[in-house]
Formats: sequence, C-alpha cells, structure tokens
Amino acid sequence: MSITRRHMLLLLPAAAIAWRHVLAGTPEASPNYRMSEHWWSMLIDLPKCIGCGNCVRACQTENEVPDEYFRTWVERYHVTDYDIENPHVDSPDGGKMGFPQTKEEGGKNFFVPKLCNHCADSPCTQVCPVGATFISPDGVVLIDKKYCLGCRYCVQACPYGCRFINPSTMTAEKCTLCLHRITKGLTTACCEVCPTGARQLADLKNPKDPIHEFLKTHSVQVLKPYMATHAKVFYNGLDGSVR
Amino acid sequence: MNAFKDAGHLFRLAAVFVVGVLAFVGMRALLVPKSFGQYGHYRGAALAEIAARPVNFAGHQACEDCHADVLEKKKSGRHAHVNCEACHGALAKHVEDPGSVQPAKLDTAVLCVRCHEANTAKPKGFPQVASADHSTGLPCDTCHQPHSPAIDTGETTKKTTGRAK
Repeated sequence: MSITRRHMLLLLPAAAIAWRHVLAGTPEASPNYRMSEHWWSMLIDLPKCIGCGNCVRACQTENEVPDEYFRTWVERYHVTDYDIENPHVDSPDGGKMGFPQTKEEGGKNFFVPKLCNHCADSPCTQVCPVGATFISPDGVVLIDKKYCLGCRYCVQACPYGCRFINPSTMTAEKCTLCLHRITKGLTTACCEVCPTGARQLADLKNPKDPIHEFLKTHSVQVLKPYMATHAKVFYNGLDGSVR
Repeated sequence: MNAFKDAGHLFRLAAVFVVGVLAFVGMRALLVPKSFGQYGHYRGAALAEIAARPVNFAGHQACEDCHADVLEKKKSGRHAHVNCEACHGALAKHVEDPGSVQPAKLDTAVLCVRCHEANTAKPKGFPQVASADHSTGLPCDTCHQPHSPAIDTGETTKKTTGRAK
C-alpha cells in the first residue's frame, strides 16, 4: 500500500496528538496526595547518630544509587581541643559499612549524616540552563532525568556537594527525599531504617508534626547558613566545626 | 505613493519574517511538553514520573499488620523504636507476596556489631561493646534476644534469628 497525499494529511495531525501524549508523561501516581498541603524538611538529631550506615545502605537499595556514589552519606568528625577550624573528617565508602575505631586519642569525635538540604532558595536549580531541576510545590528539589543534559552546572553550584553525575545515564542525580514514598504516606528509606531516630522526615506545613515542638525547644542549625540557601535539613546539636 | 515604489524587497523580507515567527510558534507548540510550565519553569509531569518509582522498603506499618506477635515482644524492650527493616532489610516484595519471598536469615555476628561495636565517635549513652572481648566468639543471640535484647533468664535458649524447622 502506498501512502497518498490524502493519507499523509490525515496521519500527520494524529501523529502530532500522539507525540504530545508521549511528552506529557505518565499520569499522577498518588491521587490522594496534594502537593500544596506539604512543605517537606528533615530533622537530624546529631546526638543520636551512631554512624551505623543503615541510612546509606537503605538509600542505595531504595533508589538504586550506583556504587561509590551517594545521595546520603555519613561523615565522622575528629576535632582536637579548641581547633574547630581544622577538623579531621573521614567517611570510608560514605560510612556505608560503618566506621573503624577512631585512632586519634582525645578531642571530640562525632558523626554527621549528610544529604540534600532541599533548600528553599537552592543554588542548583537557579543555574540549570534547561529547566531540568526544580523545587516542587511541596518543597523537594528534584531532577527531570529526561530534560537533564548532564552539563554539571548544578553539581558545581551545590554548596553541600549533594549532586553527582550518574555514570550510566550521564545525568545529574540527587536525593529525591524519597518522593515516591512520601507521596504514598511512607517516610523516607533512610528515616525508616534509622535505628535511633536520628533522622526524621518532617512536614513544616502540617501543624501536628512534632518538628514544630522540637524546633521551639532545641537549638537547631542548618549547614552553611551564610550561603542564604534556606536549607530545610535541620541539625540538632551541630558542632561549629562541621562544614 | 512614491514612498512604496521600490519597496518590494521590504515586503519579501516581512514575509520571510512572518513565516519564521509562525514556524517558531508552531515548532514550540509541538516540541515543548504539555506540562512544561504547569508549576514553574520545568516539566510538571516529571513529578509524577519520579513519584511512580516502586517502593523497596515497605515501612513498619506493613510489617505490624501481620506480625503483631513480634510487635508485642518488641514493645517492652530497648529495640521498641527500631523499625523491622532496619535489621531485616527491604521487604516490600515480601509484603506483596509473603508466601514466595521470604526474608533472609540474619547473622547476629554481622548485624549487632553494626550498631553496638564500641567507637569513641558514638554517643556516650549508647550501649556499646568491644565484641571480641564481650562475647568470646559466641553469637550475640546466645544471650540477647534481638527483638527484646535485655538478658532474661527464661528466654535465653530460644533463638529468634535462626529459622526454626
């Protein structure tokens, strides 16, 4: 069968409509979830962190993060006496398998879990030239894999080092705050497996969330507040040496 | 009228310009995804695509729906607030099909030391042991029940982590 001009004229609009549906993507997965009712953040209660690495392993399982790359990781700080300007920091394999015994005697030793701070004014989303990364209406900084060019601007822009280029897709990747879980009413994978409750997902728009009481009664801090990123990962008991 | 006498090239230029603008608008309508700009300068449909990812960790609520007996045992112990999948691993597949997907048997020699091996960076109040000195090579669950780890003389011989045949 040969395609006549009449057939071609009929086919073209049909193909255009089909293409628009392809570009529009998959429909809403969680119909009961309303983005406008949430403003997600996380609370990290540092005095509770035992550096077990459960969060790092769970994140890799849940999100298929490639080996030797991390969407969340745990750092160990060693600060001698008053020298908080020069802490010694290590994070063997992101703390995935825990930490060997601290060698240095004396000083201060503690763990600091890190992840994307889901900044309300995030530098990474501002530098994206194609609109592939954005802050969702519920306060999660996300990457549209189909739009990302892999130009690495955002990797350089993040003051917290929370982004990387996935070696197999060559697109930027980062913590999604387990959007696929929190939209289904679950907590993030890292919070689910944290044995001491050092990590807690919090919804700042929910007046019943225990975060509000915690923020009122504790001295919390965000990382690099001088960057004016309005980070939403709150650290309780953060030492001045933490970068 | 003299002003337009030799203006033919201007009209041709204008025609090219109009065609260019129409081509741009047409291509843009065709190529820019429908949901672009729905919430901001990005593809709104990306949100649903990211949220459509399957879940691997089922969440403790799913565990507790079936394993009320373990929940009861845990409730009084020090591990009351440790969620099931913190030790047992991601088990959403087991929740979907409890018959054919079984949780892996756990090795207390690996599992317990992840949290409880002594380290100066751990909080002082957290129970820690130097495992080599503490147990002289015995598995942890010889004395401690992982679901309620305080040593209770009546319970010490029954293992919970080994699957009873």
